Amino acid sequence: MALKLSQAEFEIERDLDKCISCQVCVKQCSYGAHEYDRDKNVIYSDSTKCVGCHRCEVLCPAGALKIKERESQYKTNYNWTEEHLRNIYKQAESGGALLTGMGCDKPYTIYWDRILFNASQVTNPSIDPLREPMEIRTFIGRKPDNLEFEIKESPRNESVKLKTKLYPQMELSTPIMFSAMSYGAISLNACKALATAASEYGTYCNTGEGGWHKDLYKYAGNTIVQVASGRYGVDIDYLNRGAAVEIKIGQGAKPGIGGHLPGEKVSREISDTRMIPEGTDAISPAPHHDIYSIEDLAQIIYALKEATGWEKPVGVKVAAVHNIAPIASGIVRAGADFISIDGMRGGTGAAPLVIRDNVGIPIELAIASVDERLREEGIRHKISIIAAGSIRSSADVIKAIALGADAVYIGTAALVALGCHLCQKCYTGKCNWGIATQDPSLAKRLNPEIGARRLVNLLNAWSLEIKEMLGGTGINAIESLRGNREHLRGIGLSDRELGILGIRHAGESW
Amino acid sequence: MRLLIDAEKMCYRELNLKVREFVNSNIGSDDNNEIDINNVLGQRYIGDGLKGNIILNLYGIPGNDLGAFMDGPKIEVFGNGQDGIGNTMNSGRIIIHGSTGDITGYSMRGGEIYIKENTGYRSGIHMKSYHEKLPVMIIGGSAGNFLGEYMAGGIIIILGLYRRRWNFMGLDGMTGENKDIVGNYTGTGMHGGTIYIKGDVEEHNLGKEVKKSSPVDDDLRLLNKYVKNYNIFFNSDEVKIPVKSDDFIKLVPFSHRPYGELYTY
Repeated sequence: MALKLSQAEFEIERDLDKCISCQVCVKQCSYGAHEYDRDKNVIYSDSTKCVGCHRCEVLCPAGALKIKERESQYKTNYNWTEEHLRNIYKQAESGGALLTGMGCDKPYTIYWDRILFNASQVTNPSIDPLREPMEIRTFIGRKPDNLEFEIKESPRNESVKLKTKLYPQMELSTPIMFSAMSYGAISLNACKALATAASEYGTYCNTGEGGWHKDLYKYAGNTIVQVASGRYGVDIDYLNRGAAVEIKIGQGAKPGIGGHLPGEKVSREISDTRMIPEGTDAISPAPHHDIYSIEDLAQIIYALKEATGWEKPVGVKVAAVHNIAPIASGIVRAGADFISIDGMRGGTGAAPLVIRDNVGIPIELAIASVDERLREEGIRHKISIIAAGSIRSSADVIKAIALGADAVYIGTAALVALGCHLCQKCYTGKCNWGIATQDPSLAKRLNPEIGARRLVNLLNAWSLEIKEMLGGTGINAIESLRGNREHLRGIGLSDRELGILGIRHAGESW
Repeated sequence: MRLLIDAEKMCYRELNLKVREFVNSNIGSDDNNEIDINNVLGQRYIGDGLKGNIILNLYGIPGNDLGAFMDGPKIEVFGNGQDGIGNTMNSGRIIIHGSTGDITGYSMRGGEIYIKENTGYRSGIHMKSYHEKLPVMIIGGSAGNFLGEYMAGGIIIILGLYRRRWNFMGLDGMTGENKDIVGNYTGTGMHGGTIYIKGDVEEHNLGKEVKKSSPVDDDLRLLNKYVKNYNIFFNSDEVKIPVKSDDFIKLVPFSHRPYGELYTY
C-alpha cells in the first residue's frame, strides 16, 4: 500500500547563490539529509530526512541554509491534527509504540508563565546584591526537629557549642543542580561537561541510572549516584563513592513505566559502566521489585544508609503524579533526606510519546501541593524538596523556591547550554550536537571543557539573576524565600488553580 | 579471629556496627575471620554492603535484605531467611539452611546463594552476569511465581526436593502443598542466563520469552559443580553426582533482545 508517509516535517532551503559546495552540511548531518553531487558540484537536500536540529544551518559558513518547519499539507482540522495523522500512519506501518525524546511539548498550562514575582517599594528597602551580601547557598538534607546547645559560661567569655548531631547534607553554592542523565543516554563528553561544571561551581550532577564511568570518579564529591530498578552499575563502591544516593522511582517524562536501552547501544564501555554483558538489552523494570509500599521504600532507604555508614543523604526521585502530596508524605516518613519531584514536562532520552504527553502533572502544582501537605503535617523540615521538570530560567527557579522547593534540577536547560536544539530525536543515538549519542565521531563535536565553561556561565548568570530578584524583594537569603508564597501572584488563573498553588491573584494585596 | 555476638533484643544498627567494627579491625589480616551471631531475630541488613574475607554464621532468622550490596563475605544462616536476600549482591556466598522469602537474589551481579528448601515470589529476578562475575542461585525445593523474571545473566538451579506450602488468609485448615516446582511466569522477560530445573515444568508455568531445552555437557559440568556444593553444604545425597542429563531441563531465552521491535519512530 502506498500509505507510507513521506511528507517532510521540515523544509531545507538552500540559497544556491550563497552555497559554496563546501560540504560542511553533508558531513555534519548524521541523518544524511544532504548529499553532494560530485559531477555537478552541487549539494542536494532531502527534506524528509531532516529532523530540525539546525546543526547544518548553524555551521554553514556561507549562511546558505535555512531550516523551516514545513507548513501542513493536510486539510485544516482542529481535531484530526497533522500529528495524529502522522502517528497513525507510522503505527499502521510498523505496529510499534511511538517513541520520542525530551519533554512534553503540548500546550498544557505552563504555570511558571502565569505567576508573577514581587518586589519591594517604599515599605521595605530592596537590596543591591552587587554591593551587599546575598546568601544563596543551599543545604540539601534532613533538618533536625530542634537544636540543642551547650553553653559554657566562664567569667571571661561564653562558649556555645551545638549539641544536636546534624544529618548529612549536600552543600550547594546555588540552588541549582544538574538532573540525572545517564552515560548511555548522553555522551561521555556531555557527562564530563556536567560533572566538571558541577564541581567547579560547587553544585551537583547526577549519574542517572546507567552506572558511573570511571573517568568521572574524580568528580565524586559533586556527584549524586542513582539507584534505579535495573541496579545498573550499583555496587558498594559506587554507593560509597557518591556524595549522595538517589533512589529513582520514576521520572516526569515517563511516570510508572520502566525502560530499556536497546542491545545495539550497549557497547563495550556502556557495558562496563552498567556492569552488564555487551550487546544485551538493558531492561529497567517498571517498579523496583523490592519496593511495593512505603514500608518497603523505608527498607531500601535504610539498606542504603546502612551500606554507606549513615554518612550521606539518601533521597527519592518520583514523577509528579496525581497523588504526589501523600506520596511525598510517605517518602518523608520512610526516612528519605530529600525528595526530587519531576514534573510532566521533564526531559528524557527516550519515552513512549503517549506517556510523555499524557501522564503526570506539571511541577508547579506538585511542589505547591507537596509543600503545603508537608507543612500541614509538620514534617516539611524533615526533607529537602528538589523541583525538576522543565526549569527554563532563573525566574522558574525563584518561583519554584517560593512555591516551596529547596532547590531545582535542570536537565534540558543544561543540554541547551551544551548546544541542544530540542529536535526530540535523542532516542536515535544520532545527535548531531554530540549530546545524545555514543557515536565517537558525533560525541567528539562536544568539547567537554568548552561545555563545562558554558554550563558554569549559565549557573553564574542564573545565580546573579536570582540574587537580583531576591534583592528586589528585600530578601537577602534564599532560605527566607522558600515557601514564601506571599511573594507570588497568579495571572489569568482560576480560583481553583490559585488555591492549589496557594497564591493570590495579581492585584490582590495582603 | 573469631567473634561471638548475642543478638538477643539487639537493634540491627548495633548488630551491624559490631560486625563492621570487627571487619574493619581485621582488614588485611590473613586469618580466617569469623563471626557467630546467636539469637538472630529479624534484624535487617546483616552483611549489607560488607566487603572482605569474613564468614558470618547466623543462628536464628535474619530480617530482610540480608547481604544486600554485599561484596565478598560468606554468610551461613542456620534457620530460614526473609525477603530480599542478596539484593544487588556483587560477590560472596549465602547459604540458607531453610527457606527464603520473596525477591531472593534480586539484581544480583555475582556470588552464590544456596537455599536448602524453598524460595518465595520473584526470586532471581534481573540477575546479571558481567565479565568474570556469574551469579548463581541453587534452590533445593521449589519457587513461587516469576522466578528469574527479566533475568539477564547467571544461573538458577532448582532441584524440587521440597514443595512450597500455601495457606489461605492465615485460616486454620486452609493449607496445602503446591504441586508445581515453579510458579507461573517463570523466566518471563528473560533475555540472558540459564535456569535449570530438575524434573520437568508445565508450559503454562513459563513466560513467553523462554524455551525448554536439554542440558549439554557444559551444562552438566556446571550442574555437577553446584549440586555437589549443595550436597556438601546441606549434607544431602538426594541428587546423585554426576547428575544425569535426562533428569534436568534447561530454560533459556529465545532472544537477547526480546523487546527489539517494540517501538516506532
